[in-house]
Amino acid sequence: MRYSAFSVLKNALSGHKGWKPVWREPEPKAEYDVIIVGGGGHGLSTAYYLAKEFGLTNVAVIEKGYLGSGNIGRNTTIIRSNYMLPGNERFYELSMKLWEGLEQDFNYNAMVSQRGVINLYHSDGQRDAYARRGNAMRLEGVDAELLDRKALEKLCPYLDFDNGRFPIQGGLLQKRGGTARHDAVAWGYARGADMRGVDIIQNCEVTGFVIEAGVVKGVETSKGTIRAKKVGVAAAGNTTRVMDKAGLRLPIESHVLQAFVTEGLKPIINTVITFGVGHFYISQSDKGGLVFGGDLDGYNSYAQRGNLAMVEHVCEAGMAMVPMIGRARVLRSWGGIMDMSMDGSPIIDKTPVDGLYLNCGWCYGGFKATPASGMCFAHLIARDAPHPVATELRLDRFETGRVIDETGRGAQPNLH
Amino acid sequence: MRIPCPHCGERDHAEFVYRGDATVVRPDPDAPGAARAFHEFVHLRTNPAGLHKEHWYHEGGCRAWIVVERNTVTHEVMGAVTAEAFALSGGLSGRKANA
Repeated sequence: MRYSAFSVLKNALSGHKGWKPVWREPEPKAEYDVIIVGGGGHGLSTAYYLAKEFGLTNVAVIEKGYLGSGNIGRNTTIIRSNYMLPGNERFYELSMKLWEGLEQDFNYNAMVSQRGVINLYHSDGQRDAYARRGNAMRLEGVDAELLDRKALEKLCPYLDFDNGRFPIQGGLLQKRGGTARHDAVAWGYARGADMRGVDIIQNCEVTGFVIEAGVVKGVETSKGTIRAKKVGVAAAGNTTRVMDKAGLRLPIESHVLQAFVTEGLKPIINTVITFGVGHFYISQSDKGGLVFGGDLDGYNSYAQRGNLAMVEHVCEAGMAMVPMIGRARVLRSWGGIMDMSMDGSPIIDKTPVDGLYLNCGWCYGGFKATPASGMCFAHLIARDAPHPVATELRLDRFETGRVIDETGRGAQPNLH
Repeated sequence: MRIPCPHCGERDHAEFVYRGDATVVRPDPDAPGAARAFHEFVHLRTNPAGLHKEHWYHEGGCRAWIVVERNTVTHEVMGAVTAEAFALSGGLSGRKANA
């Protein structure tokens, strides 16, 4: 069923009894052209673009839990393309462009809201660094605007500009950045893929790969062996656990990242703002909750929960930036498992096993990448060649020295 | 999460700085294949879901490097020894230690 104002009206008049489930729950077939391991945002968008852009519809998405039960269902929903290095920036800008047309493209309300993203600066040196980043963005054709204190005061009067320790001098604004409704992104892609014939198989765990003479021939699952000509893995925080079964050791560590939501409030935070000293970012959902987060806890973890030290740190940073949020009560917090790469940038590449493709290393920026990640991974799988904007997101870049390290911190995943 | 420092006793993990996998071994730069070995040492990790031996630095205490064994799925801390004791006990036997 295609959604439109007419379909909403028609169903309203008939007591909303006409709505149907938007994807099937099929049993797996014996063989597919392509299997995607991981039914999160990236896996579902990959399947969607495989079907829509590359004409591959004999595709299955295999998900261990339920659809969208990982990080796509629990993140801070920020979309932006304010990176500095060319290897990243053109990729994230493709994502931004896909976000801008996403709802029309897959006929689903993903509540994409281009409310702007502002990175605050607190010193002359930091202003210069942001001016440089903004210039790098503009060289790639991306919008960036350096705001001085006066312009920022007009936009966000509630910030603690005269903070005794970290006074705010201004910020770097990407107006096209913003937020999107994370669950709806997963649902929209799932629906679009399912409509085109993709089988989404939930509650089906991949327990191994069928590899014959160095070529992947399918996957072993809790629902039996499913053969495939090609297999793509998009398993985020569990990438290592899945790829272990193919015998690959990766430049990935799994870390826990916490995030928080407050009770619903009237509109007070009108954009997405990140703190310039200490890691803190905040926006307000359309429901009114303040959505905020900070840094990784900093140690390897698969626990999907963090410790109190980081809760305290995040809240302190928030209080230093927007003291008024101190009165809001936190409703819930959660931890997600991040596939931290050794340079802080993602990997979309072939693997040493023929026919096995890898999509990982999203660190804690995977949500904004969802559309481009799917498009580029689909391109790689369908054409056996990287998408033009993803040519640098190689698995072997660590060995060859062509790392994409935005912050210049080196091979220390908990610092990216 | 509390870490039993061999020198200071059980302390809050916030007193410590995390370094990472303690089982990777710096290769011999003069050995054949050293470039590949250094790539594996610097970049590749076993990243286990389960027991993990890892370096922590007790910055807010004795300022010693220690090796903590911890379960990455539950955050349960199994024990800790000094980095020196870990090395002398043959703990640096490569990736097998995290298998």
